[in-house]
Amino acid sequence: MQTDNSNITRNRLAWQCRRGMRELDVLLLGFLEQRYPQLGTGDIDSFTRLLEYPDNVLLEWLLGHMVPSDRDVAHIVQEIRHAAVS
Amino acid sequence: MEIARRRFDTLIIGAGGGGLRAALHLSSADAHVAVVSKVFPTRSHTVAAQGGVNAALANVRPDNWHWHMFDTVKGSDYLGDQDAIEYMCRAAPQAVYELEHFGVPFSRLDDGRIYQRQFGGQSMNFGGEQAARTCAAADRTGHAILQSLYQQNIRARTHFFDEYFAIDLIKDHEGYLLGAVVMNIANSELLLIEAKTTLLATGGAGQLFRTNTNALINTGDGMAMALRAGIPLQDMEFFQFHPTGIAGKGMLISEAVRGEGGYLVNADGERFMEHYAPNAKDLASRDVVSRAIATEVREGRGCGEHRDHVLLKVDHLGAETVHQRLPGICDMVRTFLGTDPAESPIPVAPTAHYTMGGIPTNRFGQVIVPLQHGPEEPVPGLYAAGECACVSVHGANRLGGNSLLDILVFGRAAANHIVDYLHENRYHKPCPTDGADPALARLARWEQQGDGETVDHLRTELAQIMEENCGVFRTEEVMQDGLDKVTALSGRMGDVRLTDHSKIFNTARIEALELENLMDVALATVASALQRKESRGAHSRIDYPERDDVQWLRHSLYHRDTRTVDYKPVRTRPITVDSFPPKERVY
Ligand SMILES: Cc1cc2nc3c(=O)[nH]c(=O)nc-3n(C[C@H](O)[C@H](O)[C@H](O)COP(=O)(O)OP(=O)(O)OC[C@H]3O[C@@H](n4cnc5c(N)ncnc54)[C@H](O)[C@@H]3O)c2cc1C
Repeated sequence: MQTDNSNITRNRLAWQCRRGMRELDVLLLGFLEQRYPQLGTGDIDSFTRLLEYPDNVLLEWLLGHMVPSDRDVAHIVQEIRHAAVS
Repeated sequence: MEIARRRFDTLIIGAGGGGLRAALHLSSADAHVAVVSKVFPTRSHTVAAQGGVNAALANVRPDNWHWHMFDTVKGSDYLGDQDAIEYMCRAAPQAVYELEHFGVPFSRLDDGRIYQRQFGGQSMNFGGEQAARTCAAADRTGHAILQSLYQQNIRARTHFFDEYFAIDLIKDHEGYLLGAVVMNIANSELLLIEAKTTLLATGGAGQLFRTNTNALINTGDGMAMALRAGIPLQDMEFFQFHPTGIAGKGMLISEAVRGEGGYLVNADGERFMEHYAPNAKDLASRDVVSRAIATEVREGRGCGEHRDHVLLKVDHLGAETVHQRLPGICDMVRTFLGTDPAESPIPVAPTAHYTMGGIPTNRFGQVIVPLQHGPEEPVPGLYAAGECACVSVHGANRLGGNSLLDILVFGRAAANHIVDYLHENRYHKPCPTDGADPALARLARWEQQGDGETVDHLRTELAQIMEENCGVFRTEEVMQDGLDKVTALSGRMGDVRLTDHSKIFNTARIEALELENLMDVALATVASALQRKESRGAHSRIDYPERDDVQWLRHSLYHRDTRTVDYKPVRTRPITVDSFPPKERVY
């Protein structure tokens, strides 16, 4: 059952990564594909929270224009930015 | 199979600017409206539009709608329908003031009026000096429009089906459009939405091409749904390539960079746009700049290891100006390239950007189809607006800032017509019992088990073929090869299997349905491109380098059932003013 649940979570997150901008699709889906298997439940929570923000906010954060005040979300943003250039 | 049903006056498929503008007008007129969107509405692709929306407000420089109309007709390489263009340009100021009223925070001049920036293809006095016609809310215009329209719709009690995927339209035996079958992505449950009127506002199909500026959701779903309902697609050979996407990656480097004084250079450091467009130079319209870049690359003056791109320079403006005026672009370049545009130029190449063609409509948003003998007639109950439609105001080439205008003006125009239609058609027509069968059959096919090809594989191959065989430069040979390859690829669709048949957020199934849509739209695109033996706007052929108004001043219509292309005349007569006859396009 564990893996079933994990699959559902991953699929749900994958759809939430579908955004209105190419930049976000590339960064968010790229991160999910690269890093999902290693993410702990805390990280998954933060990533889920991140995806609830509107596209323009995500863009500002992920392009490094601004930093989220929520520390955990800020951490995930950093991870995504790292994954983008790695 | 029995599926759940809901009834509405109007079903709108798509919650981008076009769909939301129409929905707001309808809900405000007390129609019972459902909006279906495969992603949460404010995640629609309209959110990506940063540059702005055109309207002849004359706030910064003298302007009027007639000049705007001239520029749009000329920009379209005379393929645009002049009645629709006149209607749009006249309606533009009103559309912008309405947005202001809905709460869009437009950037302003010191005296409080809306600021307007310069964009390519804008002129004063019918081809004179550069005009300033584009209204923007900083670099978040699309976001601001979506957010405001969404809030207004919530207030007006529009009913949203978020994260529902529309599969196919429903038609009765008399040809009336009666709604659509949609699927809840969260649990794969189906819903039949019956509606007296249906509006397609599903956006473009940028995912046809490997390097593109579009979000992943832009898979031409509405266009393919129309094709399957027996409606032809119009002018699909005209696909706009934005001259400046980040080379190999696609992220858009907006015209604003050139508007602020950035310019393009080739491997010799030469400012080559001076040769192609002596007056407008780097601000010439998109097809002109894209073709210039492609020519530089083809003639061996491209940059980089593969000599496959050119460079966009802004460093001469000074670090302070660059960082202050173009903060978004700087951050993007840093994130995706790890460089600072104030120090090193940006590698750019033409990138698939905008679908000029689409579902044929008149200026009331009604979908129109040719009759066997005689003129066209509307498909009763069916409307289309926005990038999925072809009204056609962009003709062979769209001007920057005219697409947001298109979705607002024709979203509203369609809603206007729907209001009248609803007055005359008060009752739902009965939905035929077999109405949902084609959609169910398509879904059942994806339940097949076993080994086969993967969706991903075919999608990648398709995008590659389209880029190589139907890109900026086109010849008979290249495109014939493209058509053969896409035809062969579509033949392999039957061998594709899904490995995941689960019900909860099964994105693999959605991607399979999107691939089917892309395949149909790709066939329409290559077939139409191959047939058109001239160069016009975005359709540029090496073997037919000239525009040929005698033979080809006409719209193409691709039919799915016969896989053939036929033609209809361009509407060269405007509503009230004189026609702009075709002239050579020089910038
Ligand atoms: C990077 C970029 C920048 C741009 N900048 C500008 C600009 O500055 N000015 C300008 O005028 N134009 C600009 N454009 C073009 C403009 O943004 C688009 O043409 C326009 O926003 C399209 O709006 P739309 O309402 O037709 O569709 P979209 O905004 O694309 O919305 C389509 C909707 O349809 C829904 N949908 C699609 N398929 C289905 C389905 N099968 N089931 C359910 N729902 C579905 C989607 O969820 C979405 O809600 C830009 C385009 C890009 C790519």
